[in-house]
Parts: sequence; C-alpha cells; structure tokens
Amino acid sequence: MKKEEKKLTAAELPAGGILEGGTAQDFKTGSWRSMRPVWNKDKCIHCLSCWIYCPDSAIKIAPDPKKTTVVTGIDYDFCKGCGICSKECPVKVQAITMEVEKK
Amino acid sequence: MVKAIYPKGKIVAKTGNEVMAEAMRQISPDVVAAYPITPATEIVQIFSQFVADGRVPTEYVAVESEHSAMSATIAASVAGARAMTGTSSQGFALMWEMLYIAAGLRLPIVMAEVNRALSAPINIHGDQSDTMGARDAGWIQIYSENSQEAYDNMIQSVKIAEKAKLPTMVTTDGFIISHCMEVVEVYPDEDVKAFVGEYKPERALLDYKKPFTLGAIELQDYYFEHRWQLAEGMRNAKKIVLDVAQEFKNKFGREYGFYEKYKMDDAEVAIVTIGSAAGTTKFVIDELREKGIKAGLIKIRVYRPFPADEIAKDLSKVKAFAVLDRSDSCSGTFAPVYLDVVSALFANGLNIKSENYVYGLGGREISTEHIAEVYSKLGKIAKGEIAPSKTVEYINVRIK
Repeated sequence: MKKEEKKLTAAELPAGGILEGGTAQDFKTGSWRSMRPVWNKDKCIHCLSCWIYCPDSAIKIAPDPKKTTVVTGIDYDFCKGCGICSKECPVKVQAITMEVEKK
Repeated sequence: MVKAIYPKGKIVAKTGNEVMAEAMRQISPDVVAAYPITPATEIVQIFSQFVADGRVPTEYVAVESEHSAMSATIAASVAGARAMTGTSSQGFALMWEMLYIAAGLRLPIVMAEVNRALSAPINIHGDQSDTMGARDAGWIQIYSENSQEAYDNMIQSVKIAEKAKLPTMVTTDGFIISHCMEVVEVYPDEDVKAFVGEYKPERALLDYKKPFTLGAIELQDYYFEHRWQLAEGMRNAKKIVLDVAQEFKNKFGREYGFYEKYKMDDAEVAIVTIGSAAGTTKFVIDELREKGIKAGLIKIRVYRPFPADEIAKDLSKVKAFAVLDRSDSCSGTFAPVYLDVVSALFANGLNIKSENYVYGLGGREISTEHIAEVYSKLGKIAKGEIAPSKTVEYINVRIK
C-alpha cells in the first residue's frame, strides 16, 4: 500500500510560495512507471550513456578504483520508465532491457 | 491648511504627484520600473528626472507597458531589491495579472497610484474604479485625502509593506489631488531615510548561497495553504499598519489610523467615504453643526485590510449613515465600500439604517450641496420619516 505523503500546513510552509531547494528528492515519482528498465550488471560496459541521457537522475553511479565512474543500478523511486536508457544503451551491449511493470 | 508640526519640517507648495515623487526620492528605492499614464505621469516623470540628475541612486527601468512595469518591479523585488512603481487607471488594469502575482509571492512592492476612471467611455478624470477593482488582489490599499496624506502614506507604506510582506498601493484622487497644488510639510531626507530604514529581505533569488524555488506550480494539494497564508497576512497587516502609524506619529508628529473620525463622538447621522470628498464632507459637517445637526464622518484611509470591527464599533451609535462610493460595482446591488461596511455591521449584530450613494464617476463634481442633501435625507431616515432606499442611489447624474 502506498505510504501517505506528509503534507506541510500553512504554518509550516514558507510565505509566498517559496519552496526550499531539492524538494524533488522527497517526491517519489517512480510510481508513474508502466515499463521497468532492468539493468544487467554483467553486460554493462559503464559507458554512462544511460546516465547522460536519463531525463531524470534515475541512473545510479559511483566512483570506482579501476574506472573513473561506474553504473551501480537504477533508482526505481524516480525512474518513470521512459526507456531512453534502454534505447541509448549500445546495440552490441544491450545491458538495459524494458519489461512490463508488475503492479 | 497644513501647519508645520515636525521641528525640522519644511512647508512647501506641491501637487499630489510632486509630493509622491518627492517621497520616492527620499525613500530612494533600489529599482523603479514604470510607464507614464495620465494623471500619474508626473510621478515617474519627476522621479526619472531625479535619477537623471543623480539626485537618487535608483535603477530606473523605462519599460514599454504597465504589464512590463509590474513584471520588472516583481523581478527586482524577488531579486532582493526595494522596488517601486507608479500608475493609474488603464495602466493599472494592464498590470492586473501581475498584481496578483506580486501579492501571491508576498513581495513588499510599493505603488504610487492615482485613481482614475476606467474605459469605456475613455475618461482621464478621477474616480476610484481602478483600485476598487483590485480590492481582492491581496494588496494593502491606502487612500489619501490630500497631498500631505499622500506624502505621509508613501513613507509609511514602505515599512508596512516590508513588515507585512504584502505589496502596498498608496492612492490619490486623479487631478483633484494629483494636480492640485497644496501646502505640504516635507521632512528632511535623512529623517525619512532613517524612518524607512534599510531593506533586508529574508530571502532573495540573487542570494545563491540560499537557493530556493519561487512561483512553482501548486495544485489541489498546496495552493490553498499559500492563499490562506496570503489572507492571514492581510489580517495580520492590521496591527502592522497601526504600529507603523504610531512610529510615524512618534517621529513626525502626524497621527494616522485605519480611518479618520470627524465629529463622530456624538454624531447621529454619518457619512463614510474615501479620498478627497472627505474634505468637502468636513466642510459641510461644520456648517450643519452650526445649525445643531449632529453630523459626522468616517474617512477610510486603509481599505485593505478592511477595519471591519473598528468601523462597526464607531458606527454603532449613529441613527443613520450613508456610504459614498466613488466607484460602482455593476453587480446589480451595491458598491464596494458599502458592502464592506454593512457586512462589518451585520457580523457585529448591528442593524443601522443606511444608504449607499455612487458619486463622482469620471471626475463628476460633488459639491457641498450634494453632501448636505445626503445628510438631510439621513436626518429624515433617522427620525423615521422616510425609509432608506433598498438600492444604490446616484449623486449628480442625469437619469431622466
């Protein structure tokens, strides 16, 4: 069951429609998804094309001793399933495939 | 006539527009963006001359329309500047959508507004239709009876706006006050500057160390809370208006409140009005008092926030009153000020015989005879000789 989002009261909100920076982090948009990208760790060459093209920031990356940066997974809290990462993943690699989201 | 009250004050002859421009120079805002329009043109024209002559360090933005004037003023205010503008009538109407944005974003913008009729038919003369239409826009509205009040209101409005975080407009009646040369006491620059103080915004978009989002979309889940905040801000502004008035009195000696009561202590018949017609009404009251008629006046200065309970209390002892509106709501019922006054009375459990008159549209003259006639009718209503009209009445218009 979906957890009820805590909404701020008028007393808690800054006046004048001001929103603090970075509030998008608290707004989980992953529930919109109908298709789910599945990342295959073994096939991935860490070219970071998916990270570059993701319209959100749903490709998780981390520093790595051998390479500069590696892909570590997909952030399903924010991925909306647009499939751009799968499309941009090099044809020979195909490390990201799209599957129907199971509700 | 205005007499010197402040020891360091100077008595000068100035029009309403000149004195509003003078106040703006002394306040010395960071940014002024404006577009000229009769009868408010002189305010920004004189002010732009001050800028050109180096007498004020303000960034003056000459824009191509009032919509842009308000937009640029909003942008400057959001960036963290003390920002002002000036306009009238059609120009004010062109600012419309931006007025609500200035209020919704809680920006302490100050506007010098000259009340003028709205088209059509086109007319350049004074009535209060323009700002009365924006009475629900979330702006504090302060009306001035004469040039002295316009000057003093401008100085106070900066503090009021910044404390209340609400945009504030100060108005004068077009031509009657804007172009009429009057005796005014002005205060030294440094004293006005010390009174308004330095503007330190809590949040400013140019403060990159404390980033925030402004003007984001808010749908069913958040919009209502922010609009409630705005309405509550207006309710809280009442105390701020009085606090600033007290501070102003302590410094410069002139007394201001939500409204001025003229011979209301024992009044049996009263008129409630706004703006320059109050001066004419006071003259009539003095004549009637000599004849033993207990006439009084409530001249509203602060129309937004509306001092409902206070007015209800001060009208509670009169036998009959009339509200003189210098705008018509075209609602099929009554004009704006009357609606506010009677709802204040009703909420306070008062049922006093009253009438509503619309007068002076498009600068139409209102004479002492017209006002005396209203008092005469109120006298008959008070005695129970005639019943008050159930519809809005009109003064000095050829109906048949």
